[in-house]
Amino acid sequence: MEEKKVREIILDLLEEICGDDIIREELDINLLEEDLIDSLDYTELLIGIEENIGIIMAPSELTREEMDTPNKIVAQVMKRIK
Amino acid sequence: MILFGELYFFACAAILLIPAIILGVLEKPIKYYGFLLTVVFVGLALWEKPVDIIYMVSYLILELVLVLSYLRIRSNHGRKRGWFWTFLMLSLAPLIICKVAGLFGQNIFAFMGISYMTFKSVQVIIEIYDDLIKEVKPFDFIYFLSFFPALSSGPIDRSRRFDEDLSLIRPKADYLELVGLGLFKICKGLVYKFVLAQAVYQAITYLGGGGSLLSNVIYMYSYGFYLFFDFAGYSLMAIGTSYILGIVTPKNFDEPFISIDIKDFWDRWHITLSHWFRDFVFSRFMMASIRGKWFKDKLTGACIGFMINMLLMGLWHGLSLSYILYGLYHGVLLAITEVYQKKSKFYKKHKKDKWYKFVSWFITFNLVMFGFFIFSGRFLEII
Repeated sequence: MEEKKVREIILDLLEEICGDDIIREELDINLLEEDLIDSLDYTELLIGIEENIGIIMAPSELTREEMDTPNKIVAQVMKRIK
Repeated sequence: MILFGELYFFACAAILLIPAIILGVLEKPIKYYGFLLTVVFVGLALWEKPVDIIYMVSYLILELVLVLSYLRIRSNHGRKRGWFWTFLMLSLAPLIICKVAGLFGQNIFAFMGISYMTFKSVQVIIEIYDDLIKEVKPFDFIYFLSFFPALSSGPIDRSRRFDEDLSLIRPKADYLELVGLGLFKICKGLVYKFVLAQAVYQAITYLGGGGSLLSNVIYMYSYGFYLFFDFAGYSLMAIGTSYILGIVTPKNFDEPFISIDIKDFWDRWHITLSHWFRDFVFSRFMMASIRGKWFKDKLTGACIGFMINMLLMGLWHGLSLSYILYGLYHGVLLAITEVYQKKSKFYKKHKKDKWYKFVSWFITFNLVMFGFFIFSGRFLEII
């Protein structure tokens, strides 16, 4: 899967989970500090990635700091596709 | 000897940590000397209870055999649920036997640190299942479980993080900075545990006795602060000591009394425990429930997830009614918070206002203190 497609899927997921389209404009926004995502949302995100991209990620795999911006999340998923 | 609890320990630690610092400054591995220190301190702590030493050694061997066997099965048979649950239950078995035997006044596997070691063993099994751990080195695993600074009461580290620190040789300047930070944490911990916690304890003893409403209220608040200074103090000392051994043990407390809601509180109080439950119980339960469509909406699932998560946490503290009630209490609070924050327009409109944050903090602070009141056992005594 290409990066462009992955990015689109993840931004769609994040927009739905965070309920805010700001994540499309600011790809380096800190989701935790801005209170856009919580533990429950993370589980939804991981399931979304599993269902739409086919990559299984475990909840303990990465620390929150490794996945706290849209760009970092895309990069982590891309790393697993390659 | 009581680890981090008496002068005898601190005197021994001050002398025995010097060679570790020399190794660190010379940019040599500290891990073998660190393991030797763990053996020495476990020996000193348990020499009057040889039975406990036998239990601890058998526990370590049992968990090592389980982890190595499961690793082999996982690589031969793949991600199979049946094998996973079998090994998960086997690795939990000593703790369950210990707790149940305790109900009947028996001491089986009741050695110092079994509760905290179980978290570490179980997470390794889970991460093997998730294919995050592909190799287990026996020495590193035994050292990870028994690492003396975090042995009796945490913080609960993660094996992959611990192993990275073990194999890392820091440049001299970085290591010295870490030692400086570690010493500062140890001093702060000493003040917390032996000055502030002891001072608050006086308030509990002199003002918190008796059955009047006022004395119960004093007891409630002072017990909460006592618990914080005692436990956060111990944690700081454990973290500081592990820094000197080159292990950056994660922090366990982050100003819990400024939390503005209950979810915030669990990111600040006994952090390594609550994040362990978040990663290995709550998130996994939620993902399974979404995949299997167990509940008609996500919010119902989340509420049930919080209840199960916190009930398990209560049970882990001990099989007593107060702990179970404490777990359920926090489960209910988290569920209510979740529903309120997801549904309330009032919350969404005002959550960033100063006055709202203040009110929310005030309510949270008192709810948290009442939780400790339940935890202390006093609540069940007076009702």
